[in-house]
Amino acid sequence: MALIELRDVEKVYRMDGVEVWALRGVSLRIDAGEFVAIMGPSGSGKSTCMNILGLLDRPTAGTYRLDGTDTSTLDDVALARLRNRRIGFVFQSFNLLPRTPAVENVELPMIYAGVADRRARALAALEQVGLRERAGHLPTQLSGGEQQRVAIARALVMRPAIILADEPTGNLDSATAEEIMGLLRDLAGGGMTIVLVTHEADIAAHARRLVQFRDGRIVRDAPLRGAPARGAGR
Amino acid sequence: MTLLASARVAVRAMWANPLRSLLTALGVIIGVASVVTMVAIGQGARQATTEQVQALGSNLLTVFAGTPSVGGVARAEPAQSLTLEDAEAIRAEVPGVTGVSAELQRQAQVVYRAENTFTRVLGVTPEYETVRNFRTVRGSYFTDDELRARARVALLGQTVAARLFGEVDPVGAQVKIRGVTFTVVGVLESKGATAFFDRDDVVLVPITTAQRRLFGTRSVSSIQVQVASEAQMPDAEEALTALMRTRHRLAPGQADDFTIRSQADVLQTLTGVAQTMTVLLGGIAAVSLVVGGIGIMNIMLVSVTERTREIGIRKAVGARRRDILMQFLVEAVALSAGGGILGIGLGVLATRLIAQFAGWATLLAPSAVALAFSFALAVGLFFGLYPAQRAARLDPIEALRHE
Repeated sequence: MALIELRDVEKVYRMDGVEVWALRGVSLRIDAGEFVAIMGPSGSGKSTCMNILGLLDRPTAGTYRLDGTDTSTLDDVALARLRNRRIGFVFQSFNLLPRTPAVENVELPMIYAGVADRRARALAALEQVGLRERAGHLPTQLSGGEQQRVAIARALVMRPAIILADEPTGNLDSATAEEIMGLLRDLAGGGMTIVLVTHEADIAAHARRLVQFRDGRIVRDAPLRGAPARGAGR
Repeated sequence: MTLLASARVAVRAMWANPLRSLLTALGVIIGVASVVTMVAIGQGARQATTEQVQALGSNLLTVFAGTPSVGGVARAEPAQSLTLEDAEAIRAEVPGVTGVSAELQRQAQVVYRAENTFTRVLGVTPEYETVRNFRTVRGSYFTDDELRARARVALLGQTVAARLFGEVDPVGAQVKIRGVTFTVVGVLESKGATAFFDRDDVVLVPITTAQRRLFGTRSVSSIQVQVASEAQMPDAEEALTALMRTRHRLAPGQADDFTIRSQADVLQTLTGVAQTMTVLLGGIAAVSLVVGGIGIMNIMLVSVTERTREIGIRKAVGARRRDILMQFLVEAVALSAGGGILGIGLGVLATRLIAQFAGWATLLAPSAVALAFSFALAVGLFFGLYPAQRAARLDPIEALRHE
C-alpha cells in the first residue's frame, strides 16, 4: 500500500470571480521510505500540491489517500490529528514561535497530542539534530541554520510518517543549506519518508526521486541519476 | 490542548506586554471596582436604615397627613389635616398608647454670622428625645414650658453644628432660622449617615415655635404613636383610625385624609428605596464593566491579527479549531479575571476610603463581590468569543504566509 496516493487531483482557486487552476489532474504515488524532490517554476502548482499533501488544503476534485484513508471525508478534528501524528512540516521561514525557547517550540506538537513526557522527548529530538545544548535559547538567539534544525526537531518529535519540507534551505547560505540537507538525507537514510519542494537543482540532487511540475501538471517523474535506487543502501 | 496548557500560553502572552495587558484590563478593573463600591454603599445604606428603624421598636405607629398615594402618584397639595390637638386626642383616647410625639418637618435656611446652611428643620416635643432615642451630647432638650411658650430655642445636629460653627461650641450662640433668631440650647449626638440620608443634618425646635413663628401653620407632618406591646398593634390601629375619622368629620365611604404606617411598613418602604438605589448604582457601574469588555475584545482582535502566523504554525503542527478557540478565549478570560481581582482590591479600598472620609455606612457583601467577579468573567467570555472564533477559523495556509 502506498503511503501517499494522489489521484487526478485538481485545485481551482476563485480570485475576484476568475478561476485559477493551480493543479490540473495530478496523480502521484509515494511509498514509505522515499525521498522525493518536487521542482518547478513559480506558479507550477508545487506549493499547492504540498499544501494538499500536508492536509492544510483540500483538492477541488480527485482523491488523496494517506495510509490508504481517503482524506476528503475527514473533518477538522481528524485532519488536525493526522497533521499532528503523521506529518512533520519544515518551512522556508522556519516558523518557530517567537519569544519561545527552542525546547518549547519542539514540545508544541506534543501539547496538542497530549503527550506526557514532553520535555524529555523534546530534548531527545534536539539531541538528534545536534542542538541539545541550545534547548533554552530563544529563536532570536539562534542562527538561521540552528532555527531550521529546531524546526526539524519539531517535525520529528511526533515520529511522523512523512516530513514535508517546503524550500527548507531557501533562507540559508549554501554552507548551512548543505548542513540541513545532510540532516534530511540522514533522516531519509534512516527510513523517513521525505518530500522536499525546491527550485534549486543542487538541493533537489540530494533526493532519490525527482518530480517536476509545470502549469499544474507533473511533466517528469524519475529516479535521480547517481542516487541510490529505492531501498538500496539500507 | 488542556486548559492548563492554554492558561500557561495565555499568561505568557499577557506577560509579553504587561503595560498593554494592564491597559486592556483597566476597563474591567474600573468596572468591577465601581460595582463593588456602589453596591457596598447601597447595601450599607440599606443596613443602616434597617438598623435605625428597628432600633425604634416594632410597636410604633406613624400617622401621616394626606391619603396614601393613588396609583403610585402622591397627592400634590400639602396635606394639612393633622394637628397637635389630634396628637393630644390620641394620647387621651386610644387604648394601649404609651407615648405620642408630633413632628413638623420643613426645609429652611439656617444662618450663623457669615455661615449658612439649608437643612431640615424639625418641630418636635421634648418627648422626641425618648420616643426617637435621639440624645444630646452638649446642652439639653427644651422643656415643656419652653414648648408652651413657643420659645425660640434650637438643638443642632452634628452636621449642622460642624458646618456653622466648626470646632466652636455652639451652645448659647444665636442662629437665625428663616430670619428668626434662635438660641442654641444643645447639640445632638451623631446618628450617622448613609449615601442617601444624613440623620445629623437637622435642627430641632419646639413644634409650637415651628408652627407659629417659622412656618405659619397649625398642622403637623406626622404623629408617632408608641403602643404598649406588639400584640395591641391591630386594636390600636383600629381605634386610631376611628378616632381620626371622627375628629376629621369624615362621612362613611369618604376616603381617609391621613395614613397610618407601622414600623414594618416604613422599614419595607425605606429598604425598598435603598434596594432600588443599589440596583441602579450597580447597574450604572455594570455598564462600565461592559465597556471594559469591549476594550478586551478590541485588543484580542489586534492580538489575533498580530499572531496570525503563530495560529498558522499551531494549526500546522496539529492544533484543532477548538484548541485555537480555547487559547484565545482563555486569554480573554484571564485578562478579565485579572482585571476582576485588581478591581475587587480597588473597590474594597475605595469603599474603605468612602466609609472613612465621607462617613457613609458601607457594607461589603461577599455575594456582591462574587457577583461582580463572575460578571467580569462573563464579560471576558462574551467579548473574547468573537476574536477567538476569528482566530479558530483562520485558513492555515493564509496564516502561515502572514507577515
